[in-house]
Parts: sequence; C-alpha cells; structure tokens
Amino acid sequence: MSIEWIEPVLASTTSIGVVYLLGSLGEIYAERSGILNLGLEGIMAIGAAISFIITIAWGHALAFLVAGIFGILMGLLLAFFAVSLRLNQITVGLAITMLGLGLSGFITFPTTRKIILQTLNPELPGAVLETQSVSMLPSVPIPLLKEIPIVGPMFFNHNVVVYITLILAPLMWFLLFRTSAGLKIRSVGENPGMADALGINVFRIRYLTCILSGMFSALAGAYFMLGFQPFWIEGMTGGRGFITLSLIILSTWSPLRAIFGSLLFGGIEVLQYRLQLFGLGATSPQFVLMLPYAIAVITLSLLSVESFRKRISAPAALAKPYYREE
Amino acid sequence: MSVTPLVELRGIVKKFPNVVANDHVDFSLMPGEVHALLGENAAGKTTLMNILYGLYHPDEGEIYVKGKKVKIRSPADSIKLGIGMVHQSFRLIPVHTVWENVVLGLKEAGFILNKKKLAETVKKVCEEYGWNIDPNAKVWQLSVGEKQQVELLKLLIRNVDILILDEPTSVLTPQETKNLFKALRIMAEKGKGIILITHKLEEVFEVGDRVTVMRKGKVVATKPTNEVTAEELANLMIGRPVLFKLEKPEVKKGNVVLEAIGLKAMGDRGVLALDDVNLRVHSGEILGIAGVAGNGQEELVEVLAGMRKAHGGRVFIDGEDVTNKGVKYLIEKGVVYIPPESTRWALVREMRLVENVALKLYRSKDFSSTFTINWRKLFEFSKKLIEEYDIAAHSPSILASALSGGNLQKVVLARELSTTRDGKVPKLILAAYPTKGLDVAATEFVQSLLLKYRSLGSAIIFLSEDLEEIMMLSDRVVVMSRGRIAGEFLPTEKTIEEVGMMMVKGSAA
Repeated sequence: MSIEWIEPVLASTTSIGVVYLLGSLGEIYAERSGILNLGLEGIMAIGAAISFIITIAWGHALAFLVAGIFGILMGLLLAFFAVSLRLNQITVGLAITMLGLGLSGFITFPTTRKIILQTLNPELPGAVLETQSVSMLPSVPIPLLKEIPIVGPMFFNHNVVVYITLILAPLMWFLLFRTSAGLKIRSVGENPGMADALGINVFRIRYLTCILSGMFSALAGAYFMLGFQPFWIEGMTGGRGFITLSLIILSTWSPLRAIFGSLLFGGIEVLQYRLQLFGLGATSPQFVLMLPYAIAVITLSLLSVESFRKRISAPAALAKPYYREE
Repeated sequence: MSVTPLVELRGIVKKFPNVVANDHVDFSLMPGEVHALLGENAAGKTTLMNILYGLYHPDEGEIYVKGKKVKIRSPADSIKLGIGMVHQSFRLIPVHTVWENVVLGLKEAGFILNKKKLAETVKKVCEEYGWNIDPNAKVWQLSVGEKQQVELLKLLIRNVDILILDEPTSVLTPQETKNLFKALRIMAEKGKGIILITHKLEEVFEVGDRVTVMRKGKVVATKPTNEVTAEELANLMIGRPVLFKLEKPEVKKGNVVLEAIGLKAMGDRGVLALDDVNLRVHSGEILGIAGVAGNGQEELVEVLAGMRKAHGGRVFIDGEDVTNKGVKYLIEKGVVYIPPESTRWALVREMRLVENVALKLYRSKDFSSTFTINWRKLFEFSKKLIEEYDIAAHSPSILASALSGGNLQKVVLARELSTTRDGKVPKLILAAYPTKGLDVAATEFVQSLLLKYRSLGSAIIFLSEDLEEIMMLSDRVVVMSRGRIAGEFLPTEKTIEEVGMMMVKGSAA
C-alpha cells in the first residue's frame, strides 16, 4: 500500500479522534472525583446544535464560547442532581442524555431555528436561515512540521482546536497527577469521607469536575460540528458520547493514555469507511463499528479483577453519592 | 501543677435517642503523657473522643485546648487545633502511594507536588520513630501495621500534638504492637499527648502514664498507672470481679470427627495459602489455631466450611470423604461456620433480625413449605433465641444494623448453633475469631458457649488473635505460619512467649 493512501487516513483519524479526546478530558476529571456523567452524549448533541446555530448567526469563535457556556450549565444541572440531591448517577445521566438529544432537535427544528436565528441576528439573509451546512473551521498548517511524512499530515495540518486539545491533554494529565489540586480530585473519587476529614470540600470539587465534564462535552460536540462534519443532521453525534465513556475506561482514567485511545477509536471509525470503499466489510460495516464497544467490554471485565484494578487504579467511589457522617 | 493541659474536657454530656453516651464527663491530657481511656464497649469512650475530634457535638460541657476554650465543629477544625485521630478502620486510599496519602490536603506541600522532596520528608519522619516504610509504595502493598504507621504519619506531618488512637492494637500482631508502643513513647517524649482508647488491661500498664476508666457513660476513676492494679481496674471497668480463669470442665475426648490430610488451597491473591496441612479434631475437644493474621488460618476454616476449594488433600468428617462437597452438603452434615466479621460474611445489615435468622432456616421443613415461609413460626423462634442468647433487641423485627457488634455476634451464634440438623448438637464448629472486637462480658459469653458445646460433644476449631485466649480455651493448640503447621502442643506445654516466637519464626523453637 502506498503512502498516499495512509496519510489521509491518519489525518482523518486525528480529526475524529479529537472529538473523543476533547470529550474525555473533562469526563476523566469527573470520574476521577467519583462522578459518572452518562449525559455526555446529550451534552455533546447540545454542543453540536448550538455551535451550528451560533456559527450561522455570529461565527466560529462565539459558537465555541456559547456551546461551552451551555455545557457548563448542563454540568451544573448534573451536579445539582448527582452531588446535592445525591440521586442515582446512572438515572440522572440518562435523563440528561435524553434532555440533550431532545433539546438539540428542538432548537434546530426549521421553524424554531428560524426564530432563534432572526432574534440573534436580524440582518441574516433569508437563504442562510434554511441552510443545513456551515463553514468548517479553517486549517492552520504549521510550516515545516507539516512536511514531515506521516506525522506531518497526522498532527500538523489541522485547525486550532485540534492543536489546543492535543496540548491540553498532557497539561491536564500533569494537573491531575502532579499537583495538589489533582491529588484532591483523585482522593475525593477514592475515599470522599477521608478527604472530607482532612478539610477538603468534597462538594466543591465534585461541582467543579461536573462543570468541567459538561463544558468539555459540549466543546467536543461543537468541534464535531465545526471541525469534522459541518452539516447538521439530528442525532449526528450518533453514540459518540457513549464511545467516549468507553474510551475513558480503556485509557484507565488517564488524559495521557486517552490521546492514544482516542486515536485508536478514531482510526477504527475511519478504517470502517475506507474498508467499505475497498469492498471489505461492506456487507457488515457494523462489525468494525462494534469494535470500540467490544474493546470497552473487555477492558471492563479486566477491571473487575481486583488485583488488576489496584494496579491501574479505577476510582473506587465512582458513581457513589457522598453522605457526610453525622 | 503549673503546666497547662493540652486538652481539658469539662462536664461533657452527649445524649443519643434512648441512651446517655456521656454523662458529665471530665477528662484531661497533659503534654508528654500517654493517657489510657479504658472501658467496655459502649462505655462512651469512642463517643467522648469523637466529640474532641469534631465528629459529634456535645449537648453540654466545655472543651479547652491548650488553655483556650474552643468549639470544634468538624474534623478539619480539630486538625487545625492540633488534634488528630487514628480510627479503628483506616482512612487511607489503597491505590495511592504512601506520600500521596500523607500530604493530601497539606498546604505546605505546594501546588505542584515535588515527589522527591515530599517522599524525603515522609522518610525523615519515619526514621524518627524507627519505621521502615517506602514512601513511594502503594498503600495496598503494606501490612496492617504499616498502614497504621501511615495514619500516624498523616498526623505527625501536620504537627499534631494531641493524638487519639481508637483501639489501635486490635488489628496488630504482638510484634507490631510492641513497635507501636515504642513509637508512642517517643512521641510522648517530644511533648505530645496521646490518648489510647482500649479495653485491654495489659496495654494500660505497658504504655500508659495515667488511666481513666469509663463505665456506662461516666468516668469512674482517673489514676496514675503505678498506683493501681489490674484487678482494681477490671473491677472499676465492669463493676464486678472478672473471671480471669475460665471454669473448664473435664470432658472426655470422643472419636475423631474431622480429619484433614495434606490440605492445599489458594488464597485470594492466587498464591498458595495452605500447604500440606494435616489436622485431627475429636468430639468434645477444642483445637485452637494460633498464628499471625494472614498465615492461612482463615483459608483453612473456609476450606473446611466448603467455601474455598481445596486444590489438594482430603477432608474427612466421621470417616466420610467430604472434600469440596460444598457448603450445603456440609451444613447438612452438621458443620457450623462462624465467620470472621459477622456483618460482612454472616448477616445482612439492612434486613430484620428475624430475616437474618431465616437465612439458614428457610430450607427447614419446620419453617417453610415448598413456596412459602412460615414467618409467624420464625418470629416465635427468633424471640426464643433473643431470650436464650440475651440479645439486646426488643423485637425480632429490629433491623440488624440497629444492633451493636456484640449483639450481632450473638445473633450469628444463635442462628448457627441452634439451627443445625433439626435441633441436634453441631458435629463440628468452625469459630473464626468469634470474640474479636467484643467487650469483656460478650467475650465471656462466647467462650462459655463454646465450652458448653464442647461438653455436649461438638468438635471445635477456634481461631483468635488473642494468644492468651487460645491457650486458656483450647485442649490442643496448632500454630500456623505461611500456610503450614509450624507446631502442635498442649496449652500446658508452652509459655505464651514461646508460642509467639513460633508464630513469628514459623518453626518450633
């Protein structure tokens, strides 16, 4: 196989992988602090829908900003139910997913969308109000580096969000594993009672990580819309939020390993399209699409082995509400 | 005395529904002293210390720390005042390293954690007390004694000068206990004050400078340890003289009930936990098994109870090969298993007492037909057990979680011992640490119960962490070490010190 075939595949691998990476960064923090955000899929959908509308009205930069703000609000909603009211996090997460999917469909419904767009920016020409597609984020190739074979197209010929995400991942790893703030977050997810006794505010930390998870999920949705598939279809996130959740398990709650995990999952997705072109797996593309989930199931079963769990340290208090001893 | 006490509690009152846990309690701690707080379970020791630690708020009374009147609202408050507590169950994060556990929440550690420097600081404190922990080790890799040292490190690194230890030796081996006491003396020499909550008399004399005895929520005496005797303290603690010597009736040894030959089994971690174990227990005999925790004793009784698979060797009961026959079969053969940690292995805390009793009886024809359980009959039966075993429960419908540890153990004993083979005496009783964590009265009750069944002809295997108890109760003693039998003898043949050496060294000294 020639290199011409490989390079575009690797380039799209990074493009789609960043969706997963961006979504996982916040959620890793949440899960490390004991919060499982099953609403990721729904928040992602909201992020995509909002960025779609705001891009038409105000442009790319504000689209990310507004999507992020809505993500934070969704994170606060999650925190209120999961941390303050101590409800079952699985139920709350699924409810948020449904809310998000429904809301994203509602605001992009042709009639509602038209009203929203006209309110936001009355000067928009009529044709734009009907459009399903938006302009993609521009690529910003990095001179010289992009000339390197294979690595160049894979990492140095993308839009700004890709670069920022790839830099953010190691930074957030450092914050989580090498600073006292990170130690607090991890301890809260392991033994909140003990952290509380040492004067750490469990509720504040969990609220914070909920907000992070909501924000990053929405940004992942916005990036998916503007950086990968600039064409609105209802339900376009298509389970990528759930894939992100399984990716976090595969990368064993580490932002650094999440880079590799997201590239792997991205690669599988791209390959699935490619293989169809070659006639391979054309009859059952579902098989390749199933792979991320199969990997997640295998990882999960390995995690259930206690000795293994200790070595890779899955958060012990994950999805467990914290009650202060009275 | 011109020295200001580190802590002074004056007239502390704490009421819980139905019970006054602390009734006008006065207590003081001087710098440089180890102050033992002695009392039976539920005497109010732990409640008093939880008040000082900020977990509970007193209904009445004043707290002075270093001469200043304070209000302690939370454990975080108490740490700021220099008060730290080591609980019975450790509050550590097993998957984090030692130094991570120690510096959590410590402001001096800075934002970016300098692993090398912090590990070194931890190491330095370790050296002061003669501890040998690797700061970079994960806590789950440590032994129980080392985990306790990490708990102490957490306090020491915060310059806590008032240390509260809640029954710290209940999980330690004799050697680890000795090390702990040595460290406590060093801390006292540095001017720190240490409060040692305990119900073991000998510990009071081993490390204590002063002792305060509590009974039923009140302080009954505070004295320097060199001015009292063990008998006096025991009288104060219980309000009546203790039976230091158990009445052990002569029982004629019967036929061999249990025989194990060349038993091998794996532990939870997948390594060999039992290696070629040979045992024989006769009817009317108590076989005591001594050993440092984690040397195969628990795995042994689990194999005998049918809960763990034997990978080699054979088990015979009354001459019948019952190796790996399963729990149900063995229960029907008359094997009774009293597991360690009743709340984990024997009872469901969220269920009612009668339901917990039913857990073993639901199969019995007397209490159930094919599809239904006769709850009324079970209720009556539970009532009978409550009376017979003197369980502090007003009704069988009380939730198990509402009972204290001693009463829970009684429920387990009542169920296990009275429900075998339709009222017959159990053939084999496997009692794994049945007296662990119980107060003196409850311990006495359990011991006399075992002796009663010994007289009735049961064969009994008895595990305990208390060597003295094993030597006192058993007809024969076996020492286990690294999954093997390190020695077998009559309790009259060896001193406690010799047995202790055998436990540690793993062979007959």
